[in-house]
Amino acid sequence: MIPAAFEYVRAGSADEAIAAIAEHGEDAKFLAGGMSLLPLMKLRLATPTVLVDVARVRDLSYITDAGDHIAIGALTRHRDVETSTLLAQECGVVASVAAQVGDNQVRHRGTIGGSVAHGDAASDLPAALVALDATFVLRSGSGERTIGASDFFTGFLETALNADELLTEIRVPKAGASGFNFQKFNRRAQDWAIVGAVVATVDGAKRVGLVNMGNTPLRATAVEAALASGASIADAALSAADGCEPPTDLNASVEYREHLARVLVRRALEASA
Amino acid sequence: MKISISVNGGAQEHDVEPRTLLVQYLREDCGLTGTKVGCDTSSCGACTVLFEGESVKSCTMLAAQADGGSVTTIEGLAAADGTLHPVQQAFHDKHGLQCGYCTAGMVMAAVGFLDENPTPSERDVREGLEGNLCRCTGYHNIVEAVLAAAETGAVSGGSK
Repeated sequence: MIPAAFEYVRAGSADEAIAAIAEHGEDAKFLAGGMSLLPLMKLRLATPTVLVDVARVRDLSYITDAGDHIAIGALTRHRDVETSTLLAQECGVVASVAAQVGDNQVRHRGTIGGSVAHGDAASDLPAALVALDATFVLRSGSGERTIGASDFFTGFLETALNADELLTEIRVPKAGASGFNFQKFNRRAQDWAIVGAVVATVDGAKRVGLVNMGNTPLRATAVEAALASGASIADAALSAADGCEPPTDLNASVEYREHLARVLVRRALEASA
Repeated sequence: MKISISVNGGAQEHDVEPRTLLVQYLREDCGLTGTKVGCDTSSCGACTVLFEGESVKSCTMLAAQADGGSVTTIEGLAAADGTLHPVQQAFHDKHGLQCGYCTAGMVMAAVGFLDENPTPSERDVREGLEGNLCRCTGYHNIVEAVLAAAETGAVSGGSK
Protein backbone atom coordinates (compact mmCIF):
# COMPACT_ATOMS: atom_id res chain seq x y z
CA MET A 1 0.00 0.00 0.00
CA ILE A 2 1.40 3.34 -1.05
CA PRO A 3 0.16 6.72 0.22
CA ALA A 4 -1.42 9.21 -2.17
CA ALA A 5 1.12 11.61 -3.61
CA PHE A 6 2.16 14.57 -1.49
CA GLU A 7 4.78 17.27 -1.37
CA TYR A 8 7.52 16.68 1.23
CA VAL A 9 9.05 19.54 3.20
CA ARG A 10 11.68 18.91 5.85
CA ALA A 11 11.88 21.37 8.73
CA GLY A 12 15.12 21.87 10.64
CA SER A 13 13.62 23.87 13.49
CA ALA A 14 10.26 24.51 15.13
CA ASP A 15 10.10 27.96 13.54
CA GLU A 16 10.74 26.51 10.09
CA ALA A 17 8.03 23.92 10.66
CA ILE A 18 5.48 26.52 11.77
CA ALA A 19 6.32 28.76 8.81
CA ALA A 20 5.94 25.82 6.42
CA ILE A 21 2.56 24.76 7.79
CA ALA A 22 1.33 28.37 7.65
CA GLU A 23 2.41 28.60 4.03
CA HIS A 24 0.72 25.39 2.92
CA GLY A 25 -2.56 25.70 4.80
CA GLU A 26 -5.14 23.21 5.98
CA ASP A 27 -4.16 20.30 3.73
CA ALA A 28 -0.66 20.20 5.18
CA LYS A 29 0.19 17.92 8.10
CA PHE A 30 3.16 17.63 10.41
CA LEU A 31 4.98 14.30 10.16
CA ALA A 32 6.87 13.26 13.30
CA GLY A 33 7.73 9.57 13.72
CA GLY A 34 4.92 8.66 11.36
CA MET A 35 3.77 5.66 13.38
CA SER A 36 0.14 6.84 13.33
CA LEU A 37 -0.01 9.08 10.27
CA LEU A 38 1.77 6.87 7.73
CA PRO A 39 -0.54 3.85 8.29
CA LEU A 40 -3.55 6.15 7.82
CA MET A 41 -2.01 7.55 4.64
CA LYS A 42 -1.25 4.08 3.29
CA LEU A 43 -4.90 3.17 3.81
CA ARG A 44 -5.81 6.50 2.14
CA LEU A 45 -7.77 7.45 5.23
CA ALA A 46 -5.57 10.53 5.39
CA THR A 47 -4.50 12.33 2.21
CA PRO A 48 -2.51 15.43 3.14
CA THR A 49 -1.14 17.24 0.11
CA VAL A 50 1.93 18.47 1.98
CA LEU A 51 3.89 16.74 4.74
CA VAL A 52 6.10 18.91 6.91
CA ASP A 53 8.63 16.48 8.39
CA VAL A 54 9.53 17.62 11.90
CA ALA A 55 11.33 14.44 12.98
CA ARG A 56 14.69 16.19 12.77
CA VAL A 57 13.72 19.18 14.85
CA ARG A 58 16.17 18.18 17.54
CA ASP A 59 15.48 21.23 19.70
CA LEU A 60 12.10 19.65 20.51
CA SER A 61 13.64 16.41 21.80
CA TYR A 62 14.45 16.78 25.49
CA ILE A 63 13.38 15.81 28.98
CA THR A 64 14.25 18.45 31.57
CA ASP A 65 13.52 19.30 35.18
CA ALA A 66 11.65 22.61 35.07
CA GLY A 67 11.34 23.05 38.82
CA ASP A 68 7.69 22.33 39.60
CA HIS A 69 7.25 19.98 36.63
CA ILE A 70 9.10 17.87 34.09
CA ALA A 71 9.14 19.27 30.56
CA ILE A 72 9.19 16.79 27.68
CA GLY A 73 9.88 18.04 24.17
CA ALA A 74 7.11 16.96 21.82
CA LEU A 75 9.52 15.21 19.47
CA THR A 76 11.06 13.04 22.17
CA ARG A 77 10.80 9.44 20.98
CA HIS A 78 9.00 6.81 23.03
CA ARG A 79 12.31 5.02 23.39
CA ASP A 80 13.89 8.08 25.00
CA VAL A 81 10.90 8.59 27.30
CA GLU A 82 11.00 4.91 28.24
CA THR A 83 14.68 4.98 29.17
CA SER A 84 14.84 8.43 30.80
CA THR A 85 16.32 8.22 34.29
CA LEU A 86 14.92 11.67 35.09
CA LEU A 87 11.39 10.52 34.26
CA ALA A 88 11.88 7.22 36.10
CA GLN A 89 12.69 9.25 39.17
CA GLU A 90 10.28 12.17 38.86
CA CYS A 91 7.31 10.82 36.89
CA GLY A 92 7.79 7.09 36.51
CA VAL A 93 4.31 6.48 35.19
CA VAL A 94 5.09 8.24 31.90
CA ALA A 95 8.25 6.19 31.31
CA SER A 96 6.42 3.01 32.24
CA VAL A 97 3.51 3.65 29.89
CA ALA A 98 5.87 4.69 27.06
CA ALA A 99 7.63 1.33 27.46
CA GLN A 100 4.38 -0.43 26.53
CA VAL A 101 3.57 1.57 23.41
CA GLY A 102 3.63 -0.63 20.29
CA ASP A 103 6.90 -2.56 20.05
CA ASN A 104 10.63 -1.75 19.93
CA GLN A 105 10.51 -0.72 16.28
CA VAL A 106 7.57 1.60 16.88
CA ARG A 107 9.17 3.12 19.97
CA HIS A 108 12.35 3.87 18.00
CA ARG A 109 10.36 6.12 15.64
CA GLY A 110 7.21 7.26 17.43
CA THR A 111 7.20 10.43 19.53
CA ILE A 112 5.20 11.48 22.57
CA GLY A 113 4.00 14.60 20.78
CA GLY A 114 2.94 12.64 17.73
CA SER A 115 0.92 10.32 19.92
CA VAL A 116 -0.75 13.26 21.67
CA ALA A 117 -1.43 15.24 18.49
CA HIS A 118 -2.94 12.17 16.79
CA GLY A 119 -5.54 12.18 19.57
CA ASP A 120 -6.41 8.48 19.51
CA ALA A 121 -8.40 7.33 22.55
CA ALA A 122 -6.89 3.86 22.03
CA SER A 123 -3.33 5.16 22.51
CA ASP A 124 -1.62 4.63 25.84
CA LEU A 125 0.17 7.91 26.55
CA PRO A 126 -2.80 10.26 26.09
CA ALA A 127 -4.72 8.48 28.88
CA ALA A 128 -1.71 8.70 31.18
CA LEU A 129 -1.33 12.41 30.41
CA VAL A 130 -5.03 13.03 31.06
CA ALA A 131 -4.74 11.20 34.38
CA LEU A 132 -1.73 13.36 35.29
CA ASP A 133 -3.54 16.53 34.23
CA ALA A 134 -0.55 17.31 32.01
CA THR A 135 -0.22 20.63 30.23
CA PHE A 136 0.51 20.92 26.51
CA VAL A 137 2.31 23.84 24.90
CA LEU A 138 1.06 24.77 21.42
CA ARG A 139 2.95 27.19 19.20
CA SER A 140 1.97 29.00 16.03
CA GLY A 141 3.25 32.01 14.11
CA SER A 142 1.16 34.24 16.35
CA GLY A 143 2.55 32.94 19.63
CA GLU A 144 2.30 30.23 22.22
CA ARG A 145 -0.55 28.97 24.40
CA THR A 146 -0.94 26.23 26.98
CA ILE A 147 -3.89 23.88 27.42
CA GLY A 148 -4.74 21.15 29.90
CA ALA A 149 -4.81 17.56 28.66
CA SER A 150 -8.52 17.13 29.43
CA ASP A 151 -9.42 20.16 27.32
CA PHE A 152 -7.05 19.17 24.52
CA PHE A 153 -8.76 15.95 23.48
CA THR A 154 -12.09 17.06 22.02
CA GLY A 155 -13.46 14.07 20.08
CA PHE A 156 -12.70 11.01 17.96
CA LEU A 157 -9.20 11.74 16.58
CA GLU A 158 -9.94 15.40 17.24
CA THR A 159 -7.91 17.80 19.36
CA ALA A 160 -7.81 21.48 20.20
CA LEU A 161 -4.77 21.93 17.91
CA ASN A 162 -5.41 24.52 15.23
CA ALA A 163 -4.18 23.71 11.73
CA ASP A 164 -1.31 26.19 12.07
CA GLU A 165 -0.20 25.05 15.53
CA LEU A 166 2.65 22.75 16.49
CA LEU A 167 2.59 20.89 19.79
CA THR A 168 6.01 21.69 21.23
CA GLU A 169 6.08 20.52 24.84
CA ILE A 170 4.33 18.25 27.34
CA ARG A 171 4.52 19.23 31.00
CA VAL A 172 3.91 16.56 33.61
CA PRO A 173 3.78 16.91 37.39
CA LYS A 174 6.48 15.43 39.61
CA ALA A 175 4.46 12.36 40.51
CA GLY A 176 7.48 10.44 41.71
CA ALA A 177 9.09 7.07 41.11
CA SER A 178 6.31 4.89 42.54
CA GLY A 179 2.57 4.68 43.18
CA PHE A 180 1.65 4.00 39.57
CA ASN A 181 0.61 1.09 37.39
CA PHE A 182 -0.57 0.51 33.83
CA GLN A 183 -2.81 -2.38 32.91
CA LYS A 184 -3.04 -2.91 29.16
CA PHE A 185 -5.37 -5.58 27.86
CA ASN A 186 -4.85 -6.81 24.32
CA ARG A 187 -4.73 -10.06 22.38
CA ARG A 188 -1.44 -9.71 20.53
CA ALA A 189 1.62 -8.20 22.17
CA GLN A 190 1.99 -5.08 20.07
CA ASP A 191 -1.69 -4.28 19.55
CA TRP A 192 -3.55 -1.25 20.82
CA ALA A 193 -5.23 -1.76 24.16
CA ILE A 194 -8.74 -3.17 23.91
CA VAL A 195 -9.03 -1.35 27.23
CA GLY A 196 -6.26 0.11 29.37
CA ALA A 197 -6.19 1.57 32.87
CA VAL A 198 -3.43 3.78 34.17
CA VAL A 199 -3.09 4.82 37.79
CA ALA A 200 -0.75 7.50 39.11
CA THR A 201 -0.37 9.17 42.48
CA VAL A 202 -0.15 12.97 42.44
CA ASP A 203 0.18 14.85 45.72
CA GLY A 204 -0.94 11.76 47.60
CA ALA A 205 -4.17 11.31 45.58
CA LYS A 206 -4.86 8.53 43.10
CA ARG A 207 -5.48 9.52 39.50
CA VAL A 208 -7.06 7.08 37.08
CA GLY A 209 -6.92 7.25 33.28
CA LEU A 210 -8.76 5.04 30.82
CA VAL A 211 -7.61 3.92 27.37
CA ASN A 212 -10.17 3.15 24.67
CA MET A 213 -13.27 3.69 26.79
CA GLY A 214 -14.74 6.51 24.70
CA ASN A 215 -14.03 8.96 21.89
CA THR A 216 -11.23 10.56 23.90
CA PRO A 217 -8.79 9.42 26.57
CA LEU A 218 -10.70 9.67 29.85
CA ARG A 219 -10.21 10.19 33.54
CA ALA A 220 -12.23 7.89 35.79
CA THR A 221 -13.38 10.72 38.05
CA ALA A 222 -15.99 8.59 39.84
CA VAL A 223 -13.28 6.16 40.92
CA GLU A 224 -11.02 8.99 42.09
CA ALA A 225 -13.89 10.56 44.07
CA ALA A 226 -14.81 7.24 45.66
CA LEU A 227 -11.22 6.66 46.75
CA ALA A 228 -10.95 10.19 48.10
CA SER A 229 -14.04 9.62 50.23
CA GLY A 230 -12.54 6.47 51.70
CA ALA A 231 -14.00 3.67 49.56
CA SER A 232 -12.03 0.44 49.24
CA ILE A 233 -10.21 -0.27 46.00
CA ALA A 234 -12.68 -3.03 45.15
CA ASP A 235 -15.68 -0.74 45.69
CA ALA A 236 -14.15 2.28 43.96
CA ALA A 237 -13.22 0.23 40.89
CA LEU A 238 -16.89 -0.67 40.36
CA SER A 239 -17.39 2.92 39.14
CA ALA A 240 -14.66 2.63 36.49
CA ALA A 241 -17.03 2.59 33.51
CA ASP A 242 -19.45 5.20 34.87
CA GLY A 243 -20.24 7.79 32.25
CA CYS A 244 -18.14 6.03 29.60
CA GLU A 245 -19.43 5.34 26.11
CA PRO A 246 -16.88 2.80 24.88
CA PRO A 247 -16.80 1.61 21.27
CA THR A 248 -18.02 -1.75 20.03
CA ASP A 249 -15.78 -3.50 17.53
CA LEU A 250 -14.62 -6.97 16.57
CA ASN A 251 -12.45 -7.14 19.69
CA ALA A 252 -15.01 -6.28 22.32
CA SER A 253 -18.61 -5.24 22.95
CA VAL A 254 -19.59 -2.25 25.07
CA GLU A 255 -20.45 -4.55 27.99
CA TYR A 256 -17.14 -6.39 27.76
CA ARG A 257 -15.19 -3.12 27.70
CA GLU A 258 -17.09 -1.90 30.75
CA HIS A 259 -16.23 -5.13 32.53
CA LEU A 260 -12.57 -4.81 31.51
CA ALA A 261 -12.44 -1.23 32.78
CA ARG A 262 -13.68 -2.29 36.22
CA VAL A 263 -11.25 -5.22 36.44
CA LEU A 264 -8.24 -3.36 35.06
CA VAL A 265 -8.79 -0.31 37.26
CA ARG A 266 -8.99 -2.56 40.30
CA ARG A 267 -5.78 -4.36 39.31
CA ALA A 268 -3.97 -1.10 38.59
CA LEU A 269 -5.06 0.38 41.92
CA GLU A 270 -3.98 -2.74 43.79
CA ALA A 271 -0.61 -2.81 42.03
CA SER A 272 -0.01 0.87 42.69
CA ALA A 273 -1.04 0.85 46.33
CA MET B 1 13.29 14.29 -4.77
CA LYS B 2 16.93 13.26 -4.57
CA ILE B 3 17.88 11.25 -1.53
CA SER B 4 21.17 9.85 -0.38
CA ILE B 5 21.30 7.00 2.11
CA SER B 6 24.18 4.87 3.31
CA VAL B 7 22.88 1.33 2.85
CA ASN B 8 25.04 -1.42 4.32
CA GLY B 9 27.94 0.98 4.32
CA GLY B 10 27.68 1.99 0.66
CA ALA B 11 26.31 5.29 -0.62
CA GLN B 12 23.01 5.01 -2.50
CA GLU B 13 21.63 8.01 -4.35
CA HIS B 14 18.27 7.93 -6.09
CA ASP B 15 15.55 10.24 -7.30
CA VAL B 16 12.35 9.07 -5.64
CA GLU B 17 8.79 10.19 -5.12
CA PRO B 18 8.29 11.51 -1.57
CA ARG B 19 5.71 8.79 -0.94
CA THR B 20 8.24 6.00 -1.58
CA LEU B 21 8.36 3.71 1.44
CA LEU B 22 11.77 2.73 2.75
CA VAL B 23 11.08 -0.96 2.11
CA GLN B 24 10.06 -0.22 -1.45
CA TYR B 25 13.20 1.89 -1.90
CA LEU B 26 15.44 -0.87 -0.58
CA ARG B 27 13.85 -3.57 -2.71
CA GLU B 28 13.14 -1.68 -5.92
CA ASP B 29 15.72 1.10 -6.11
CA CYS B 30 18.62 -0.58 -4.29
CA GLY B 31 17.77 -4.10 -5.49
CA LEU B 32 18.08 -5.48 -1.97
CA THR B 33 15.22 -7.95 -1.78
CA GLY B 34 16.27 -9.62 1.47
CA THR B 35 13.95 -7.28 3.33
CA LYS B 36 10.41 -8.62 3.01
CA VAL B 37 7.02 -6.98 2.87
CA GLY B 38 4.73 -8.95 5.13
CA CYS B 39 1.58 -7.36 6.52
CA ASP B 40 2.37 -3.90 5.13
CA THR B 41 0.67 -2.41 8.21
CA SER B 42 3.59 -2.26 10.68
CA SER B 43 2.30 -5.26 12.60
CA CYS B 44 4.44 -8.20 11.52
CA GLY B 45 8.00 -6.88 11.49
CA ALA B 46 9.08 -8.82 8.37
CA CYS B 47 10.36 -5.52 6.92
CA THR B 48 12.54 -4.69 9.94
CA VAL B 49 15.86 -3.01 9.14
CA LEU B 50 18.25 -0.95 11.23
CA PHE B 51 18.11 2.83 10.80
CA GLU B 52 21.00 4.55 12.56
CA GLY B 53 21.60 1.25 14.32
CA GLU B 54 18.04 0.90 15.69
CA SER B 55 15.33 -1.45 14.49
CA VAL B 56 12.53 0.14 12.48
CA LYS B 57 9.69 -1.16 10.31
CA SER B 58 10.63 -0.08 6.81
CA CYS B 59 7.03 -0.39 5.54
CA THR B 60 6.07 2.49 7.83
CA MET B 61 8.89 4.86 7.11
CA LEU B 62 9.41 7.02 4.06
CA ALA B 63 12.67 6.69 2.18
CA ALA B 64 12.76 10.49 2.45
CA GLN B 65 12.85 10.20 6.23
CA ALA B 66 16.03 8.14 5.97
CA ASP B 67 17.72 10.68 3.69
CA GLY B 68 21.22 11.39 4.95
CA GLY B 69 21.14 8.50 7.39
CA SER B 70 22.41 4.94 7.47
CA VAL B 71 20.41 1.76 6.94
CA THR B 72 21.49 -1.82 7.55
CA THR B 73 19.57 -4.66 5.91
CA ILE B 74 19.97 -8.42 6.20
CA GLU B 75 22.41 -8.25 3.25
CA GLY B 76 24.71 -6.05 5.33
CA LEU B 77 25.22 -8.38 8.27
CA ALA B 78 27.62 -11.04 7.04
CA ALA B 79 31.31 -10.24 6.62
CA ALA B 80 32.76 -9.72 3.14
CA ASP B 81 34.23 -13.25 3.21
CA GLY B 82 30.78 -14.72 3.88
CA THR B 83 31.24 -15.28 7.60
CA LEU B 84 27.78 -14.98 9.11
CA HIS B 85 26.93 -12.39 11.73
CA PRO B 86 26.67 -14.07 15.17
CA VAL B 87 22.88 -13.71 15.12
CA GLN B 88 22.65 -15.26 11.66
CA GLN B 89 24.92 -18.09 12.75
CA ALA B 90 22.82 -18.66 15.85
CA PHE B 91 19.61 -18.83 13.77
CA HIS B 92 21.39 -21.40 11.58
CA ASP B 93 22.68 -23.42 14.53
CA LYS B 94 19.39 -23.42 16.42
CA HIS B 95 17.20 -23.79 13.33
CA GLY B 96 15.47 -20.54 14.18
CA LEU B 97 13.19 -20.61 11.16
CA GLN B 98 10.56 -22.66 9.43
CA CYS B 99 9.28 -21.15 6.17
CA GLY B 100 11.82 -18.34 6.45
CA TYR B 101 9.61 -15.43 5.46
CA CYS B 102 9.91 -13.65 8.80
CA THR B 103 13.59 -14.51 9.19
CA ALA B 104 15.23 -11.40 7.79
CA GLY B 105 13.04 -9.21 9.97
CA MET B 106 13.53 -11.45 12.99
CA VAL B 107 17.31 -11.38 12.59
CA MET B 108 17.40 -7.61 12.16
CA ALA B 109 15.08 -7.05 15.13
CA ALA B 110 17.27 -9.41 17.18
CA VAL B 111 20.47 -7.60 16.17
CA GLY B 112 18.95 -4.27 17.18
CA PHE B 113 17.56 -5.72 20.39
CA LEU B 114 20.83 -7.35 21.48
CA ASP B 115 22.66 -4.10 20.82
CA GLU B 116 20.38 -2.49 23.42
CA ASN B 117 20.28 -5.47 25.77
CA PRO B 118 23.35 -7.74 25.28
CA THR B 119 22.53 -10.00 28.25
CA PRO B 120 18.79 -10.66 28.02
CA SER B 121 16.66 -13.18 29.87
CA GLU B 122 14.33 -15.41 27.85
CA ARG B 123 11.45 -13.10 28.81
CA ASP B 124 13.44 -10.08 27.64
CA VAL B 125 13.94 -11.76 24.27
CA ARG B 126 10.25 -12.57 23.91
CA GLU B 127 9.30 -9.00 24.77
CA GLY B 128 12.09 -7.59 22.65
CA LEU B 129 10.78 -9.45 19.60
CA GLU B 130 7.11 -8.71 20.23
CA GLY B 131 7.01 -6.60 17.09
CA ASN B 132 7.83 -9.59 14.89
CA LEU B 133 5.35 -12.29 13.98
CA CYS B 134 6.25 -15.80 12.81
CA ARG B 135 3.29 -17.16 10.87
CA CYS B 136 4.67 -20.69 11.40
CA THR B 137 4.65 -19.99 15.16
CA GLY B 138 8.29 -21.06 15.24
CA TYR B 139 9.09 -18.83 18.16
CA HIS B 140 10.75 -21.42 20.37
CA ASN B 141 13.86 -21.87 18.27
CA ILE B 142 13.97 -18.19 17.38
CA VAL B 143 14.18 -17.31 21.06
CA GLU B 144 16.77 -20.06 21.56
CA ALA B 145 18.80 -18.59 18.71
CA VAL B 146 18.74 -15.06 20.12
CA LEU B 147 19.78 -16.35 23.55
CA ALA B 148 22.59 -18.36 21.94
CA ALA B 149 23.74 -15.29 20.01
CA ALA B 150 23.80 -13.30 23.24
CA GLU B 151 25.98 -15.96 24.85
CA THR B 152 28.63 -15.52 22.17
CA GLY B 153 29.14 -12.00 23.50
CA ALA B 154 29.70 -10.72 19.97
CA VAL B 155 26.42 -9.06 19.18
CA SER B 156 26.96 -5.34 18.68
CA GLY B 157 24.62 -3.75 16.16
CA GLY B 158 25.35 -3.89 12.45
CA SER B 159 25.78 -0.19 11.86
CA LYS B 160 27.03 1.01 15.20
